[in-house]
Amino acid sequence: MNTQITIAGVTFKNPVMTASGTFGSGMEYAEFVDLNRLGAVVTKGVANVPWPGNPTPRVAEVYGGMLNAIGLQNPGIDVFLERDIPFLKQFDTKVIVNVCGRTVQDYVEVVERLGEEPAVAMLEINVSCPNVKEGAIAFGQNADALSGITREIKRHARQPVIMKLSPNVTDIAEMAKAAEEAGADALSLINTIMGMKIDIRKRKFALANRTGGLSGPAIKPIAVRMVYQAAHAVKIPIIGMGGIANGEDAVEFLLAGASAVSVGAMNFADPCTTEVVLDGIECYMRRYKVENLSDLIGAVED
Amino acid sequence: MKRRVSAEVILNREIAPSIYDMWIQPVQKLPEVNPGQFIGVFLKDKSLLLPRPISICEVSADRTALRIVYRIAGAGTHEMSLRRPNDGLGYLTVLGPLGNGFPLERGEGKRALLIGGGIGIPPLLELAKRLKAEKQIVVGYQNCNTAGFLQKDLAQYGTVHVATEDGSVGTKGNVLDAIRQKAPEADILYACGPMPMLRAVKAYAQEKGIPAYISLEERMACGVGACLGCVVKTNKVHHHTNVNNARICTDGPVFEAGEVDI
Repeated sequence: MNTQITIAGVTFKNPVMTASGTFGSGMEYAEFVDLNRLGAVVTKGVANVPWPGNPTPRVAEVYGGMLNAIGLQNPGIDVFLERDIPFLKQFDTKVIVNVCGRTVQDYVEVVERLGEEPAVAMLEINVSCPNVKEGAIAFGQNADALSGITREIKRHARQPVIMKLSPNVTDIAEMAKAAEEAGADALSLINTIMGMKIDIRKRKFALANRTGGLSGPAIKPIAVRMVYQAAHAVKIPIIGMGGIANGEDAVEFLLAGASAVSVGAMNFADPCTTEVVLDGIECYMRRYKVENLSDLIGAVED
Repeated sequence: MKRRVSAEVILNREIAPSIYDMWIQPVQKLPEVNPGQFIGVFLKDKSLLLPRPISICEVSADRTALRIVYRIAGAGTHEMSLRRPNDGLGYLTVLGPLGNGFPLERGEGKRALLIGGGIGIPPLLELAKRLKAEKQIVVGYQNCNTAGFLQKDLAQYGTVHVATEDGSVGTKGNVLDAIRQKAPEADILYACGPMPMLRAVKAYAQEKGIPAYISLEERMACGVGACLGCVVKTNKVHHHTNVNNARICTDGPVFEAGEVDI
């Protein structure tokens, strides 16, 4: 049984990754998960300078999922390179660094710093966080803006670039094409869907930010549909995510056209979810006699 | 590797309106628990994704069982309240102990004042049991309906003063009113309770020039320090986050009051 996959020239031992922002830089989950088993650790978004994030409450549970409005709190690229990269280097897994910024220049600065770090296999560009006012989603909801930032990042990046797309758009295929035409090496989707929760007893917003990003099993059918549509619009590989809780969910994304999958909110429901997903994929492959995992990619039929 | 563990519900009874006293026995013996640490309780209802952070009230002498005292605050704690010993629903799934507890060594041999408000009272019990100090305990309740839960348990380990908002039991008012009225002298404060109470405790500690260790609460998701959901503002740049905030779940939930901007 061969679970290997290759994305933009980078080979991963298996398709199971962590969704940015749900797994820190792996340190917190290393107590629960053997990081050596993961295809890749995708880090929390890192900016050129430290970001304090949004006021609390930042999280709220909703039916079958959760809302978050963390606001991309991060320690900045200096601390990240000094502390988090050396930590991740100890493990036999690929490191994908998620990059966030307020301006194109912010992103470029981080991309250039990461270019000097051989332990970083790929960059994932966050143009889809719904919880910050400047940057992020402003680049991800308009095809021209997405195209512009993708081009600029590709000009400076030394690693292959994954553009992380927002589901908060009218036509995901159009956005996927814009990123591909501008030179993106891969896509990841979906980021969270913008939502809101109101505490009816207090008559207040559940989140201090009023709105937040919805994640968890509640969004999985939307994510599968968008991965399918994006996969049919572009030739570059796709990393699929949105409510993945087990191997069956992961296989659904692969069949829809994803080359790899990320586990997000479900890490919170069980810190061992990534390993559960990997075990489940292997069980599926054994049960249905799938020799190569890559045979599953986009294999859904009418 | 750490894992979620299954725990048998040994007892689960209502000790005051909407407040439940539960003893659970994990299938594996727990790592050592520090007073003030908490557990994440996972629910059967899969639509409720996130673990409920519940503070540990007491640990059995042989460390095989844990006591949690919780209030029904929503669907998750409501589900917990329905569990009965041997109810055929299997085990409760828990993760922990999580976070850092109250620093016992800081209070050793000193005059310690333990202050609890409402559903913040439970973690004080294990603290009172383990703290080797001269202990005075002040607990505040809303009214006569809830007044008295855990009071007898606490009285085994120190003098207990009670305050109720409606004056039905003890001092009329809040815990600070009781403290000022009874004026117990203290070298160190330990507190858990609602935010207005903790702010008042912080101000009182500053006025007296003594340290106060306060246990904070916030909406949490992961409970293990990864998601950055449950932060509190700090007065200095925190060594882990590199910004002016700290994670309540892993850097806390107990902080020295002067460190945090509440």
